[in-house]
Amino acid sequence: MTAQDPMAFATASELSAMLAEGKTCSVELTQYFLERIKANDDHINSVVTLCEEQALASAKAADQRRRDNSHTALTGIPLLHKDIFCTQGIKTTCSSRMLENFVPPYDATVVQKLNEAGTVTLGKTNMDEFAMGSSTETSHFGLTRNPWDTERVPGGSSGGSAAAVAAGFAPLVTGTDTGGSIRQPAALCGITGLKPTYGRVSRLGIVAFASSLDQAGPMTRTVEDAALMLNAMAGHDPMDATSAARDDEDFTAGLSGSIQGLRIGLPKQYFSSDLDPAIASIVRSALDELVAEGAELVEVDLPLTHHGIATYYVIAPAEASANLSRYDGVRFGHRCDDAEDLTDLYLRSRSEGFGAEVQRRILVGTYALSAGFYDAYFKKAQQVRRLISDDFHRAFQDVDVIAGPAAPGVAFKFGEKAADPINMYMEDIYTLSVNLAGLPGMSVQAGFHAGLPVGLQLIGRAFDESTLLRVGHRFQLRTDWHKATPVLNGGAA
Amino acid sequence: MSVSSTDVAQVAALARLKIDDHALDDVTQRFSRILDLVAELQQVDTAGVIPMSNPHDQIQRLRADVVTETNQREQLQAPAPAVAEGYFLVPRVID
Repeated sequence: MTAQDPMAFATASELSAMLAEGKTCSVELTQYFLERIKANDDHINSVVTLCEEQALASAKAADQRRRDNSHTALTGIPLLHKDIFCTQGIKTTCSSRMLENFVPPYDATVVQKLNEAGTVTLGKTNMDEFAMGSSTETSHFGLTRNPWDTERVPGGSSGGSAAAVAAGFAPLVTGTDTGGSIRQPAALCGITGLKPTYGRVSRLGIVAFASSLDQAGPMTRTVEDAALMLNAMAGHDPMDATSAARDDEDFTAGLSGSIQGLRIGLPKQYFSSDLDPAIASIVRSALDELVAEGAELVEVDLPLTHHGIATYYVIAPAEASANLSRYDGVRFGHRCDDAEDLTDLYLRSRSEGFGAEVQRRILVGTYALSAGFYDAYFKKAQQVRRLISDDFHRAFQDVDVIAGPAAPGVAFKFGEKAADPINMYMEDIYTLSVNLAGLPGMSVQAGFHAGLPVGLQLIGRAFDESTLLRVGHRFQLRTDWHKATPVLNGGAA
Repeated sequence: MSVSSTDVAQVAALARLKIDDHALDDVTQRFSRILDLVAELQQVDTAGVIPMSNPHDQIQRLRADVVTETNQREQLQAPAPAVAEGYFLVPRVID
């Protein structure tokens, strides 16, 4: 079985058509992808749990649904979930020792909705511990390798998800994005990754990191597949108080529309002299393709861009420190042996269960929320957050979409950014302000630098994923970058 | 260095984290790097700006006052490290 196998790199839309025409069945697809993962993932380490029995049972049920004509476009399509989504009866670890043996008693709403659509869950993907990181190096279960160059990171925190799509292990994979965790790994692995508007997709059953920033989205080969998958994932959930009460939309409906006259804003701060010229040149070439389709480029001003990192690294750790206080060794998660008393139980369970980066963020967040520092750090960051959000709203009065790079560089080598936490935090400079403002953002594969993928980021108005998807789809109709696939060497290198 | 190792140890105690003595200097140094980074926010003029806690100004919705939850104690306690007779077990807190 080679990496160039056409089935491995087929899109969900293509597989759906094959299923509809009876050219294959879900059981065959499921067996194929399970075997492919088993044969090729030892070296990549993108999948942390494989659920063969459940997958084959779901595949049989999906084939029956197709025979009964009660199926959706996604019925029978194999899929992987980031290991942050609670899956009933299937281990959900968040790549942490803390949740190493956690088997959730319920499904996340996203999982439930995709199950209802008939997708087949093959397994769970590796990630940075508790989604805190941009390289998937902080996973308790070992790092994930980038299929384009296995000496390099896949990005993070949804690095296992991005690597799995790039390696042809599943056409559809879920991810979550708190500061860039879908878009940056999508860029570094050369796939399509969409972070929807905050509130578009339910957060129920997603292990919480920073509740005002977290959002789940699709990671796929194409924009068309992202639209199909978002159709199944999105929707109001009465069980999530921050879920937006909006009518369901068909995100595939406007895909093939024209972008004639569409105004695309280029933030001058994104294209400053700090941006690697090689990345800038690829992003500019991608924008030229959109101009050729009739779009107009307009310079916009996002003056507080460089304060985004500082704002984010107060708010996200503060919310994380509150969310992660639930891990106390009592109700679920890791519990230390032979606790002397309750305080000892808390201290040792938490220190043994959490890795270094997670502990660092809990410390920073606790500090920012503590008496005497709350106003100077947390309140100040929330005020700057509003100013950053206002800047986006101002820009969107003049343009329909904002575009720029998804990440400051290509995939980097293992350990390269580990010494100083700030170096790693800079990976998300173009993505995290989008989470602060709650807007939708998407990365699409736009070219290669030194043989490594580069992503174009598109940012939209709140709840205007349709325009992002239309622009992205138009780009993929004109270019073939998204069709490039890495050669897997099965660990021989 | 914007914080001392004593400060860090104090915050760790608040966060119920135990930092080994040999790791304290390294943790303090990285912690200080992050605080130095976020200190730049003090340069931004935020006079009169209302803090933003959530991206969407959405009010809490009310739901119908009907019973929607059934008792799932056994199922929900299944992942707990130690339970007995339907209770979570902790080390003795009263002597």
